[in-house]
Amino acid sequence: MAKITLAKGLNAGLRAAMEKDPKVVIMGEDVGKLGGVFRITDGLQKDFGEDRVIDTPLAESGILGTAVGLAMRGYRPVCEIQFDGFVYPAYDQIVSQVAKIHFRSQGKVKMPMVIRIPFGGGIGAVEHHSESPEAQFAHTPGLKVVACSNPVDGYWMIQQAIACDDPVVFLEPKRQYHADKAELDESATPDPLFASRVVREGSDLTLLAYGPMVKTCMQSAEAAAGEGKSIEVIDLRTLSPLDMDPVFASVRKTGRAVVAHEAHVNLGMGSEIAARIAEECFFSLEAPVLRVGGFDTPYPPSRIEEEFLPDLDRVLDAVDRSLAF
Amino acid sequence: MTESNTDFGPDLGEVFGPSHADGGPELVQLLTPEGERVEHPDFSFDLDDEAIKGFYRDMVLTRRIDTEATALQRHGELGIWAQLLGQEAAQIGSGRALAPQDFVFPTYREHGVAWCRDVDPLRLLGLFRGVDQGGWDPNDGNFGLYTIVIGAQTLHAVGYAMGMQRDGVVGTGDPERDAAVVAYFGDGASSQGDVNESFIFAASYNAPVVFFCQNNQWAISEPIERQSRIPLYQRALGFGFPGVRVDGNDVLACYAVTKAALQRAHEGSGPTFVEAYTYRMGAHTTTDDPTRYRLSEDLEHWKLKDPIARVHAYLTRNGLVDEAFFAEVEEEAERLGEHLRAGCKALPEPDPLSIFDHVYVDQTPELAAQKEGFAAYLASFEGHKEGAR
Ligand SMILES: Cc1ncc(C[n+]2csc(CCOP(=O)(O)OP(=O)(O)O)c2C)c(N)n1
Ligand SMILES: [Mg+2]
Repeated sequence: MAKITLAKGLNAGLRAAMEKDPKVVIMGEDVGKLGGVFRITDGLQKDFGEDRVIDTPLAESGILGTAVGLAMRGYRPVCEIQFDGFVYPAYDQIVSQVAKIHFRSQGKVKMPMVIRIPFGGGIGAVEHHSESPEAQFAHTPGLKVVACSNPVDGYWMIQQAIACDDPVVFLEPKRQYHADKAELDESATPDPLFASRVVREGSDLTLLAYGPMVKTCMQSAEAAAGEGKSIEVIDLRTLSPLDMDPVFASVRKTGRAVVAHEAHVNLGMGSEIAARIAEECFFSLEAPVLRVGGFDTPYPPSRIEEEFLPDLDRVLDAVDRSLAF
Repeated sequence: MTESNTDFGPDLGEVFGPSHADGGPELVQLLTPEGERVEHPDFSFDLDDEAIKGFYRDMVLTRRIDTEATALQRHGELGIWAQLLGQEAAQIGSGRALAPQDFVFPTYREHGVAWCRDVDPLRLLGLFRGVDQGGWDPNDGNFGLYTIVIGAQTLHAVGYAMGMQRDGVVGTGDPERDAAVVAYFGDGASSQGDVNESFIFAASYNAPVVFFCQNNQWAISEPIERQSRIPLYQRALGFGFPGVRVDGNDVLACYAVTKAALQRAHEGSGPTFVEAYTYRMGAHTTTDDPTRYRLSEDLEHWKLKDPIARVHAYLTRNGLVDEAFFAEVEEEAERLGEHLRAGCKALPEPDPLSIFDHVYVDQTPELAAQKEGFAAYLASFEGHKEGAR
């Protein structure tokens, strides 16, 4: 079995999806010859041609708007947004068109497209290259939103998202692209796309994360174990719909929950998750659900991004506060 | 179209003619790559040789800023750098055409224009080093902050120009007073909705704007053909204002054409599109690898048109300078390099608590509390858990 990075996993997943379904087309800025600025589409234009791997003019609204037309014509566009902060020129097409066409047509027109967004910080980039816009899409009815956290999920989830008949905003933790490797077994049966997953078992507290924060939370759980605390970690994987049953089961067991994400805390995913836990697990809770995330400020210059981003210490601080409650 | 517009606008026969790798016959050139002055029916360079020496100095120093910053990135002092190599003439020519009261909206690559606006090049490094997101006051030298979201600034430029109209500083006939805006953007940016909307607004209100597009042939890995099937300057016609293509590697022509376009704007005759036909000789940024998508022959071809070399040739061929002049400029470049190398490392590190400042004019109680909480949190590490943060 080969060990691969997240970038390779996504690349192999895209390739598999394109081989399986001739209607799958990739579109975006620099996705062709260059293979994308992160090389996620590396080699695909060479092998599938310019009709299926489309270098678009530099216009995000144009990419998403024409993807709508392609989808209506029976294609399955996979749109790459180069960086999180550049999705906004396409925001109108995504929230007003992509998200609503199935509803408006009373089910007669489907929008089977994937909007891939490299998201999150920690790469020392200039402004607009490190943002976490997931809540803005999860808040929009008609869109499904998922976030992968590791190479194997990258491989399977991108294929499942492409096969999905609803539009899927697909978030990729860019700082993980070329980081940790994992073994990929292409003959395995993947978990369903819209399912969260317990990635570490524990009994004292439940840590909830997705995308880049899964790794941070796993490290936090490991560090806490050294201090005799048993932390359960759940990789949420799907943000809309949320898959809360495994979360409720975990919180009923541990009595405590901390949600971590890079996005701003105010009205971030953690707010919705905390509310749902409070509604469903009120009598099991030993402490209020705590949220750890980016501050409610614009993303700062990269030299202080490590202070802005929730790290191991900030997660452990919340863990301690919850346990001490 | 008014009388003065026709000086700029191509006739329709030319519009759909073949495009030329060298910029075509429509290219306004006043100094050949060999360093020879040539005449153009519509544009002339009205400054003296002293000014040309000044342009030479500007371009050499601008290139030094660029090579120094590139080296600083390689040494890990900058996170990234957007190189302007090859675009010095477009930026110095247009930048030197500005009147003090004009305002500039740049992209992230306008280091030469920043130089003309007296922005300390050290300030440019802050964004790329990651210590700030723009270290200068836009109102100081009438030079806006770098804009990374492609095309967004072109609309800001038009709005600013609309403000000038309302302030009565357009068409007064007083050269010290009449003001205009220059919006810089790239060939790739010309595809953005914002840019096309800015053309519409500018045309609709006859706003005093010069749209200065540096067509450096590439938008990261995508060639100009992906963005446009006709020469870019010809687009202006469809929006209802004149467009002109200038040799972007010819500092005299860039100066003359921008000056004329600014004059139109100052007079109240409305917007002009200037396409500076040039070439991005470096990578898109220091993280880019152009060998993946373009031929090195192209670069060799453009090296022959180097914007600095042709001014050097002009100055020497005509005996306008001696060796001491070049030595002086070189010395100045050395000092500038030293200023950047030493200054870059000395740029103050941002205080983590500054994250909370300037989000709002009136700080909110919520954010003030977040700042206080974070300060207490940071203080809790002091003394123990050394190195954890
Ligand atoms: C809205 C938006 N989309 C994508 C990007 C990523 N990006 C940065 S520079 C660039 C190419 C710009 O090309 P061009 O306008 O020709 O300017 P140049 O870089 O050549 O100066 C792209 C796609 C961005 N910064 N903003
Ligand atoms: Mg360009």
